[in-house]
Amino acid sequence: MFKLVVKSLRCARGGRVLIPELSFTLGAGEGLLVQGPNGAGKTTLLRAIAGLFRPDEGTAWLEGADEEKTLAEQCCFVGHLNGVKPTFTALENLRFITSYFEVADDAAIDRALESFGLEAVAHIPAAYLSAGQKRRLGLCRLLLMQRPVWLLDEPSVSLDMASQTILATFIRRHLAGGGMAIVSTHMPIDIGSSRVIDLGGHSGAAEGVWQ
Amino acid sequence: MKPFLALIARDVRLGLRDGGAIGAALGFYVVVVAILPLGLGPDLNLLSRIAPGVLWVALLLSALLSLERIFHADYDDGALELLATGPLPLEMAALAKSIAHWLYTAVPLIVISPVLGLLLNLDPNAFGPLMLSMAVGTPAVSFLGAVGAALTCGLRRGGLLLALLLLPLYVPVLIFGVASVNAALGLGGSFTAPFSILCAFTLATAVIGPLASAAAIRGALN
Repeated sequence: MFKLVVKSLRCARGGRVLIPELSFTLGAGEGLLVQGPNGAGKTTLLRAIAGLFRPDEGTAWLEGADEEKTLAEQCCFVGHLNGVKPTFTALENLRFITSYFEVADDAAIDRALESFGLEAVAHIPAAYLSAGQKRRLGLCRLLLMQRPVWLLDEPSVSLDMASQTILATFIRRHLAGGGMAIVSTHMPIDIGSSRVIDLGGHSGAAEGVWQ
Repeated sequence: MKPFLALIARDVRLGLRDGGAIGAALGFYVVVVAILPLGLGPDLNLLSRIAPGVLWVALLLSALLSLERIFHADYDDGALELLATGPLPLEMAALAKSIAHWLYTAVPLIVISPVLGLLLNLDPNAFGPLMLSMAVGTPAVSFLGAVGAALTCGLRRGGLLLALLLLPLYVPVLIFGVASVNAALGLGGSFTAPFSILCAFTLATAVIGPLASAAAIRGALN
């Protein structure tokens, strides 16, 4: 069983301490919502866990995982940017992900496109997709990369209601399958019973249950 | 190995498809070399004597035009974050992206060089050594260029800064590249000595370049 452990994490950006000290553990099947006002450090926290941001102090690791792999290699991070190449079609974007990460096959790509309602635009260069469609294309990699820890930074931005519901369904399914998800959000998103960290006002890790 | 090849294939396809990279570099190379004889006059002896130097300088300047592409687009659209959480260490990803840049920029420039050599009355016997020295020297241009591109990630209008950072580092490539072509033309010196130094320089940058690029990318993402 996986267990994500974050220990005495301290993050500062531009000389300003965003997260003075944060420790938490997240077991398999657990979801965590990260909340807080703009600039509270939600993105920084997710990027630190994904190995993209080097924290001042503290560490994070995944217990029970393949020790050859770093935590970053167990995470699927979808940030503000979708990582979608505009000159590639939706299909080519996903084909690169499956060959680069050596996961899934063409059938899985078709299923992912279908899940997010992109099968009709699969052969159109991503530059012609709307913001919401690009977002959905960026989220498709969650389904393809098959990594235990999902790190989602404001995933519902530019998604319509139907797509938000689809996303929430996939997060719940991922959790039910023993995965973990850390979601930073302003919008209420129903990912089942999950814990909440509020980064607002340096109050540290105030935890509760999201209704 | 598969992720490495997948990344090279992706970058080459992007480079060819975007057009801006290969079209701009090739066009610039052709135009610079083509207008030079117009400025210098029809002195065939002069042109053939300066041809190796002109071709090499124009090649370096053309390659500079497309260096930004190595990392800037990926940084802007978030693909770099995706690559950073991937199975390859960033050093290997930088190596793959440098090799891809060499394939879609330098190879077309090298292939067209003999045609431009004709415009400058370069002795056809020197075409072989010219292309060989370019084939050996231009990987260094891509490896060092990747470092510059990684350092200027996130800077608006980093292109000029890139040129200022990199052109001094390209001096060894230029000197030994031109020296080996001149030697092949019988203008003194042996071909082997400068050519070997060029090989050594490229091999050294193949090691240093990806390490430095990866460090710069980590800084840019942080």
